[in-house]
Amino acid sequence: MDALTRHTGPGASLRQDSALKHATGEARFADDLPMPPALLHAALVLSPVAHGRLAPIDLSPALAVPGVVAAIGPGDIPGRNDIAQPKRAQEHMLAEGLVEYWGQPLAIVVAETRDAALAAAAAVRPQIEPLRPVLSVEEALDAGSFLFPPMVMARGDAASALAAAPRRLSGTFHAGGQEHFYLEGQIALAVPGEDGDLTIHSSTQNPTEVQVMVARVLGCDHNRVSVQVRRMGGGFGGKESNASWVAACAALAARCTGRPVKLRLGRKQDIAATGKRHPFLYRWQAGFDETGRILALEATMAADGGHSVDLSGGVVFRSVTHAPNVLDVPDVSITGVACKTNTVSNTAFRGFGGPQGVLLMEDVTHHVARSLGTTQEAVRERNLAGGQNDAVTPYGQALEGDLLRQVWAECRDGAEWERRRAEVDAFNAGHEVVKRGLGSFLLAFGISFGIMSMNQAGALVHVYEDGSIRLNHGGTEMGQGLFIKVAQIVAGVFGVPVERVRITATSTAEVPNTAPTAASTGTDLNGWAAQIAATTIRTRMAEQAAADWGVAPDEVRFEEDEVFAGNHRMGFGELAHRCVQNRVSLSSTGFYKTPGIHWDPGAMKGEPFFYFSYGAAIAEVELDLLTGEHRLLRADMVQDCGRSLNPAVDRGQIEGAFVQGLGWLTCEELWWDAEGRLRTLGPSTYKIPGSRDVPPIFNVRLLEGAPARADTIFRSKAVGEPPLMLATAVWNALRNAAGADRLDLPATPERLLMAARRARA
Amino acid sequence: MTAGSIAFTLNGTPRTLPPGTSPTLTLLDWLRGPAGLTGTKEGCAEGDCGACTVVIEEADGARVPVNSCLALLGQVHGRSIRTVEGLRGDGGAPHPVQRALAEADATQCGFCTPGIVMTAWAHAREGGDVHEALAGNLCRCTGYRPIVEAFGALHDDPACPAPPPPSPATRLEAPGQVFHRPATLDALLALRTALPGAWLLAGGTDLGLRVSERREAPAEVICISDVPELRGLEAGPAGIRIGAAESYRLLLAACAADPAFLPLAGLLRRLGSRQIRGMGTLGGNLGTASPIGDALPPLIALNATVRVAGPDGEREMAVEDFLTGYRTNALLPGEVIRDVLIPRPPEGAIFAAEKLSKRPDQDISTVGLSALIALEGGRVAWARIALGGTGPRAARCARAEEALAGRPWNRETVDAAAAALEEAIAPLSDWRGTAEYRRIATGNLLRRLWHRQAEAA
Repeated sequence: MDALTRHTGPGASLRQDSALKHATGEARFADDLPMPPALLHAALVLSPVAHGRLAPIDLSPALAVPGVVAAIGPGDIPGRNDIAQPKRAQEHMLAEGLVEYWGQPLAIVVAETRDAALAAAAAVRPQIEPLRPVLSVEEALDAGSFLFPPMVMARGDAASALAAAPRRLSGTFHAGGQEHFYLEGQIALAVPGEDGDLTIHSSTQNPTEVQVMVARVLGCDHNRVSVQVRRMGGGFGGKESNASWVAACAALAARCTGRPVKLRLGRKQDIAATGKRHPFLYRWQAGFDETGRILALEATMAADGGHSVDLSGGVVFRSVTHAPNVLDVPDVSITGVACKTNTVSNTAFRGFGGPQGVLLMEDVTHHVARSLGTTQEAVRERNLAGGQNDAVTPYGQALEGDLLRQVWAECRDGAEWERRRAEVDAFNAGHEVVKRGLGSFLLAFGISFGIMSMNQAGALVHVYEDGSIRLNHGGTEMGQGLFIKVAQIVAGVFGVPVERVRITATSTAEVPNTAPTAASTGTDLNGWAAQIAATTIRTRMAEQAAADWGVAPDEVRFEEDEVFAGNHRMGFGELAHRCVQNRVSLSSTGFYKTPGIHWDPGAMKGEPFFYFSYGAAIAEVELDLLTGEHRLLRADMVQDCGRSLNPAVDRGQIEGAFVQGLGWLTCEELWWDAEGRLRTLGPSTYKIPGSRDVPPIFNVRLLEGAPARADTIFRSKAVGEPPLMLATAVWNALRNAAGADRLDLPATPERLLMAARRARA
Repeated sequence: MTAGSIAFTLNGTPRTLPPGTSPTLTLLDWLRGPAGLTGTKEGCAEGDCGACTVVIEEADGARVPVNSCLALLGQVHGRSIRTVEGLRGDGGAPHPVQRALAEADATQCGFCTPGIVMTAWAHAREGGDVHEALAGNLCRCTGYRPIVEAFGALHDDPACPAPPPPSPATRLEAPGQVFHRPATLDALLALRTALPGAWLLAGGTDLGLRVSERREAPAEVICISDVPELRGLEAGPAGIRIGAAESYRLLLAACAADPAFLPLAGLLRRLGSRQIRGMGTLGGNLGTASPIGDALPPLIALNATVRVAGPDGEREMAVEDFLTGYRTNALLPGEVIRDVLIPRPPEGAIFAAEKLSKRPDQDISTVGLSALIALEGGRVAWARIALGGTGPRAARCARAEEALAGRPWNRETVDAAAAALEEAIAPLSDWRGTAEYRRIATGNLLRRLWHRQAEAA
């Protein structure tokens, strides 16, 4: 590849495709689209209680509000009142008979203005006979109230090994949930067409699921529903399944009224009605020896699934498989359950159970280190997969021990661990009420969807006669830079500057049957699909050039916006024109499915991941023992991105994910009152990190010279989720500073103050 | 009273809105709706996320970022407003600030970006700490590093403020609504008596929520911004006198310029955000009388006084007496807050204004503690300890003050005072903290004060 195309092809640090349009305000989000004629606005009636028997809902008060056009209850649904994932028990879109969480949608009101719709929704008085809500995961766990049978990942004989271990410890702790707080709330615009056709503009990571849910609720064929999304104002997993029912509500309202309908959830309704990251409760017992070698582990990880399954199966799968993280434990039994509580159904959130899973061994190693009077780092190194220890996870897939050690060594050296450990100790010796702490973390995160069928993608590429290229694929853009990365791949295939590649909105009408853009796989899957589509076209174009020039097709090269073979050369656009004149198709689909992965859910064994992404982080914090206030002073991290497709975009993902993880672990706290009402419904009460919370020294490095060993696109690696978990180093640093045994999450100033007091009591 | 239409300058062009336009429509809803300017976004509708940030261009050249989700059309009548669309140059060329953010990779999903651009444009002129500038803008994607870097390299453009339109109207009407903008104290008092149920609107950072979130459409609003007697700030040897309708922005500038008031400046920097401080007023904080009003404990500690004006003339009272209970104050029917006098801390006294919150910036206090402690020969001569978030109203803690007075200023004394404080208060548990945390942490704020003094000495 020559200098010019390398400049905008794979490996180039190009900006997010819409960066300048974002800054000028021209980039259109769903709510910015021109309003179609006769547009109506919808609002939801939400349950005012967490659990109760619901009488058939009387919507007449809503209809009495001026401007209201329709009020829609579950009885108005022509298809199925079901938004469950495939093969799961029914989950109502609009509650019938029973309400199971505060904020559950009960009905839809449609009016000429949004204000009228909101006023009418507020006028409805649902009749609910309250039942006692189950609000704590402890209660549900002890009662055995699960959303599906427990998942048990086991190897060896953990019980016997525990009994035989020279030392034993047990622990319990809790990690909170997390609101996605995408800046753009959930929204969908449904526009009816002819013959029952519907066009849906949805802020969704999962256009195909929107299509499926809309068709299911309306009782129509999938081919009547076309879903489009140009961009989202953030997703983070919150628009993987939750966008679907929002769109289905808008579609139902459009079907009932025959007019276009927009449903935009205000921030409070959005936080009340949509799922969040699963809170987890952990109980574990570990057996180990005097050297810190962990010999046996039994653990239960209980996810708070909320009232319904949604995506909890996948979340628990990932939490269990990622619980050992980078460590080798010979005899192990880890049980994952999803508890049913009367809260909103928890859902996908960046990391999808991985962040919760990897906390387990951090707690175990922390306690083992305390008990042996050594450091957590020493215990981690003693048990690190590979080297003297086994590299194979309990479920049967091998980690790359050499890469793990390389990532950790680079991070530790770059952060000057030894020197700073001494500095922190000296600082602490000289300060009575302010303490500093150092913590570290090392990650192995498996890349692929846990549901095998989702590991597929499609793309559609057209080359027009002027040589301009139109790119469409099943992935969605939520800010993560997917569109520019895939465009870079296509530009690289054709040897043209990326500006020739027109990026277009994701559409179920162009690429069908797609997986959600999730699990960090957007580029891996769609990048390959686009590469395959583009390569198909390029092959045809090369054949045309070869025929014209009397050379072999494999001699034809595409570089610098031109096509070469021997002494022959032609502009890319010129060749495109020749192809059209000679009746050569310049359009192709591309299809990709991840090879080699397999999983036996009964045995909890297999190799479910195409590869692992590795990362390491070291964090330094300062803690005020009197108030529990704390600051992250410095973070150093090394993230394995394989051969990066776009280092600038990858760096943005690493930094952003880390800070999002920092928020989950420190300041973001969801708070329900005794009646099960969520009381942290907006940014005034739910605090995501602000700019000052970002460490003043924030060193991010991409692991160099480490192309992916799996056959990934351009030998790159996924980056969306893994760095979120690197913030776990901050938890360890805070415990180090506080001298705390147990520190539940989020580690708010209150939890730190109380933990520090316990440590000094 | 002069009735008229809502008029303001938008992106340099005078606009007069059609008669009947609701004066309590939020600026954001008007921009995104009738004006068709969708660059400005709604992220939260509660003045916290900053996606809706626009800039008020003041006649003196100041650029004041505000949350357009909280600003009512009646409030911006007569002002000059600039939105993200109004930054572009001739032929639509992006403004250098827009380019700077795009080129720094400071945008991912882009939904917060227009608001951040407007904050950046104001910051380029106003200067100051980058984090302080950014406290009112949330970004969920980038982790802020590239935004902070871009902010550090911005240059002010030479553009002069767009002149505001003449705004003689003191009465803005819409069907079922009247938005009064009295231009004298007498007119304000007459309205206050005639319309006891009207919203009394200062900056609107609290009342505005009833429109932006709860979608209320009040019948009568009395906006105090144009009342000259309620405006202005005088800083002198006695302290700072600030009009009830004057913004925190002005108060912060005055405190930051006076060494005696630096602790208060430090607290004000954590009160809301630049957007909130550009609109919000001390008068509003007092009028609302919330137990967690950030500014109330330092006012009490400093023995600030409130001057109220009413049909029977004026009276002045201590802030601690003005606050009578949970969200109640001593205003009688027909009265309004005219101004506040914040006395200068006595020479040599220890003055501190502390608050605890889950996040350091732009967060509502879990608890607040302000202290004014006079020392004589190593002993506490007297102390005023004022607390917020520990009871139904911000108030002094007499038991802590008694435990300090007359005793040596040392660890034992402070420990005893903190213990007395912890016993004296009965805070509530809520999402900001448990009662236990509030009790312990408030006592510890007093202990920390001693530690800091001891370390500095």
